[in-house]
Amino acid sequence: MLPDQSQAILELRGLSVSYGGIQAVKGIDLALFPGELACLIGANGAGKTTTLNAIAGLLPLAGGDVIYAGERLNPVPAHKRLAAGIALVPEGRGIFTRLTVEENLRMGAYIRRDKVGVEADMEKVFEMLPRVKERLPQVAGTLSGGEQQMLAIGRALLSRPRLLLLDEPSMGLAPIIVEKIFEVIQSVAREGVTILLVEQNANLALEFSSRGYVMESGAITLTGSGEALLADPKVRSAYLGEIG
Amino acid sequence: METLLQQLINGLTIGSVYALVALGYTMVYGILGLINFAHGDLVMVGALSALQTMMFLMGVAPGMSPIAMLTLALLVAMPVCMMLGFTMERLAYRRLRNAPRLAPLITAIGMSFLLQTIAMILWGRSYHTFPQLISTTPLQPIAGVFITPVQIAILITSALIMVALILLVTRTRVGRAMRATAENHKVASLMGVDTNAVIAMTFVVGAALAAVAGVMFASNYGIAHYGMGFMPGLKAFTAAVLGGIGNLGGAMLGGITLGLVESFGAGYIEDLSFGFLNSSYQDIFAFIILGLVLIFRPTGLLGERVSDRA
Repeated sequence: MLPDQSQAILELRGLSVSYGGIQAVKGIDLALFPGELACLIGANGAGKTTTLNAIAGLLPLAGGDVIYAGERLNPVPAHKRLAAGIALVPEGRGIFTRLTVEENLRMGAYIRRDKVGVEADMEKVFEMLPRVKERLPQVAGTLSGGEQQMLAIGRALLSRPRLLLLDEPSMGLAPIIVEKIFEVIQSVAREGVTILLVEQNANLALEFSSRGYVMESGAITLTGSGEALLADPKVRSAYLGEIG
Repeated sequence: METLLQQLINGLTIGSVYALVALGYTMVYGILGLINFAHGDLVMVGALSALQTMMFLMGVAPGMSPIAMLTLALLVAMPVCMMLGFTMERLAYRRLRNAPRLAPLITAIGMSFLLQTIAMILWGRSYHTFPQLISTTPLQPIAGVFITPVQIAILITSALIMVALILLVTRTRVGRAMRATAENHKVASLMGVDTNAVIAMTFVVGAALAAVAGVMFASNYGIAHYGMGFMPGLKAFTAAVLGGIGNLGGAMLGGITLGLVESFGAGYIEDLSFGFLNSSYQDIFAFIILGLVLIFRPTGLLGERVSDRA
């Protein structure tokens, strides 16, 4: 077991989520500690996205609790969870394609009233993502997939999250772009933001994560440090494309 | 030439009223994919509640200036319609947010009947004379063209309202939240937007525009009646489709275009039909346009996407 170094920032206790009669997540437990980068890996349809959406408040729970910074979040609607510090970059990026790049970023700072702080954070995002700055007045729908992913991450950062949930940031992107995205994710983690990353690219995700959770048909079947999971023969055969 | 200019003025006037109503249709469609067929009846409620206010004021303060009276009437009519728009959304449409598309559509038609029936109970079945507080006597003709003070007031007021609405939607934080919600409710809520509040607000803004349009309509024609919202509502819906439903600029363009087509049509329909039809058939133009748009350009003049919803 990993040491319980401090109070968990996020805890899922017996979390269950149902979709039209089918239980997509079946009572999972998970704990995230401040400043940690953890990943949730597993095959398509294992319930990873459902788990993230439930944490963000987009889906009602069928059972269990979402505990964030010691508080039970179950009754809190999605739009109030951002103010608590939870930002989700959804599957497929969720860019507002008809808004400009700048308007997308401003939407990220929608709940903030500190104009000076927002401008400073915009500059920080530009530093991290120079491509985004070049395209500020452009309609966001015209960006490439990689640029849209960068924009989605930058937009989430503008809310100054304490916990960042990333749903398949590598989806549909060329390997070179994926590498860049992961560099950005790592630099966000270095700033002290706690990150829960959902990935199908298990190899890459585990390499960057201090802790990994393996999900299989709605349940967490394996937990361990990124290194340990990378070395685990079961993980290697099931998710890393090796014949065991 | 004089007829042409005259019809241009008449068309612009009625077109701006259509545009104000069309904006309400298009904003609600843009954010919910719902055609709120009860929207036209808000025009009627606006006119009749303004009428009621004026009657009351004439009783208690007979010497009141017409402009002050009209302003007060608007200050009553607008909140009445805004509250109605809010209530409709809250009680009926919100519950049907995830229902099949046909359910909210039929509910909207039912809502339209409900509003008309309530108005009929409150104000009776007869036509009421609407006090024309702004004169409808034409000014000194310029180059043979007559323009009335009420037409000038309608043109100026609606232009100002449309500019204000565009600024609200494109330049403000709330407007950005409206556009974000229109594109994706879920992601907007992830940005911290209370999408229910934004949707309610869209209904309220549309209803306020309908109230103003109702007062303009009644002031221009001098008549108010419980069924008066039906035709302008249908025409404004046509205008919204013509411009590209969901698109604000489209609703304005569609409204003005429809007003002009109708006005020119009414002016020339006798010649066009070799004396068979007269100008009382002017309503056919709106529906000819609706038919043509739906056949040849279902996305409308400025619409980018083909709608996949009812």
